[in-house]
Amino acid sequence: MSTHEYRLIASTKSPEDLVRHDRVDVSLYNDPALFEAELEKIFYRTWVWVAHESEVRNSGDFKTATIGRRPVIVVRDKKNSINVLENRCRHRGATVCEKHKGNATGFTCPYHSWSYGLDGKLRALPYPDGYEGILEKSELPLTSLRVESYAGMIFASYNDEIEPLEDFLGGARHWIDLFMKQGAGYPIKTQGEHKFSFKGNWKIQLENTTDGYHFPIVHKSFMSSVDEETSQMLSFMTDEQAVTHSLGNGHSVMVMVPEHVDLDHDDGTEQLQERFAHVTEELSKTLPPEQVRRIVRSLHGAGFNLNLFPNVAMSMSFFRVLRPVSVTETEIRHVALGMDGGPDIANRERLRIHEHFQGPFGFGSPDDAEAWDRVQRGSYAGVDAPILVNRGLNREITAENGDKVSHATDEGGMRGAYDMWKRMMSQ
Amino acid sequence: MSNHEILNGGPLARAIEFIWREAELLDRKHYAEWASLWSESGRYIVPIDPDTEDFEATLNYAYDDARMRDLRIERLTAGYSPSAVDAAKTLRSISRFRLVEAAGDEVEVNSAQLLYAYKRGVHTPFVAELNHRIRFTDGVPRLERKVVRLINSTDSLSALGFLL
Repeated sequence: MSTHEYRLIASTKSPEDLVRHDRVDVSLYNDPALFEAELEKIFYRTWVWVAHESEVRNSGDFKTATIGRRPVIVVRDKKNSINVLENRCRHRGATVCEKHKGNATGFTCPYHSWSYGLDGKLRALPYPDGYEGILEKSELPLTSLRVESYAGMIFASYNDEIEPLEDFLGGARHWIDLFMKQGAGYPIKTQGEHKFSFKGNWKIQLENTTDGYHFPIVHKSFMSSVDEETSQMLSFMTDEQAVTHSLGNGHSVMVMVPEHVDLDHDDGTEQLQERFAHVTEELSKTLPPEQVRRIVRSLHGAGFNLNLFPNVAMSMSFFRVLRPVSVTETEIRHVALGMDGGPDIANRERLRIHEHFQGPFGFGSPDDAEAWDRVQRGSYAGVDAPILVNRGLNREITAENGDKVSHATDEGGMRGAYDMWKRMMSQ
Repeated sequence: MSNHEILNGGPLARAIEFIWREAELLDRKHYAEWASLWSESGRYIVPIDPDTEDFEATLNYAYDDARMRDLRIERLTAGYSPSAVDAAKTLRSISRFRLVEAAGDEVEVNSAQLLYAYKRGVHTPFVAELNHRIRFTDGVPRLERKVVRLINSTDSLSALGFLL
């Protein structure tokens, strides 16, 4: 079947047909028409994560980001407000900024020098006599998006009618609060990022963040490269306390290290890992034992992966950000985190932990990418065979707060994400 | 020193010979032999930040001491890593050598590397500036440091199942 014929068939199916409670149609991975619909109905309609506040700390600090395929600038203005502006001159459409990050007093289009303030206002344009009486500068700012943040996580939306961010996050807020505790008394800051892309659909990555089932298989080489204590810590396959919650609105959380879910909780029985002995020793020279313990217990991050639909995850010690490039290509960023103002030796240890697993050269991510690449390639063979997301349906329960809970190796998080996909695609 | 002198048995010539040998070992994935090129204190570094020299304080793609190099080689050769088992074939060419410094028994050389990785019908270039610090002890060269600065280090890369 040609791609064209296939697309015709897929596009005749409704979201209800494409996503069932225990399976999804394989065209979700490879139908270009569905991808275009996803951009319109999901990425340009919902809250999309664009930055962490530590990335735009001071007035003039900016970073560029992409929502769907639309380039935007996240910038803190002189009034200390964070703006998310379309990175597109209102004159003939050129991007006004091509740096990943920096500090600026404004943005000037390189084509005809239209210049904009940090709040997006059009400040000046050259040779204005050609516009006298036909152009009002106040009507042509850089287009700004709706912006809200929670716990330092900045989200933007193209949808002016969207519900408040806090409502959208819902039950995930509790887990965001827990995640931030890895600062061990310090605020969280970003410490650089790994970026890599794979030739597959974005939802393959979305699924993966709460896919505990793959961990000991795909990451066998990583697990054999870490010390015994870390390996034990990450061995959750038969741990009954390792659970996945589907939190509503497509968000989910997978608990892998139950004793590190709330890092403020410390019954004192946990031995600090031997691999961090040099950190413990150094910190102990200047800090009280409780604080040393608090910092060292937090070096691996929180004991869970929180997946926020559609584009960001707070995974143990880092943020995972996905960007859909095309129906068959996705860019992933793994943002390293540290303690803002915290001890250098601990922040550096966190960098080394990040380098060990993450990124295109890590001991973990390349193996994920290999698996995802194959999912995409295999999807073309299985036109009549759905993608299964039924694992653990036999043991899923509904908690008092409405969370659907099953084991960390189950696919409840994916089912929750696809429910949200169906809801948004049915709009 | 003229290029002619440099290339005739001088420190740069000996370094180039070593760097080409290293390149062939990597292309042929003879990792155990590659490991033997290193001194115990050597660092293999693939930075992200194009300007930094303080690699310890910044996030890198790789910042390997002897222990991490051994683990990396184990990962690439043990047969458990799907990306390493199905790694791309690579071919690299290194040229544009420049002697940075030759002091005592240590030689520091910058060069340019053009590497193509081929996997499943796709050629992917990995283009980088290399910096080698090579120590010659009793005439035997050992790598003290290798820094691989990819020209696209701050943009997204394809995942690698091989060494740069």
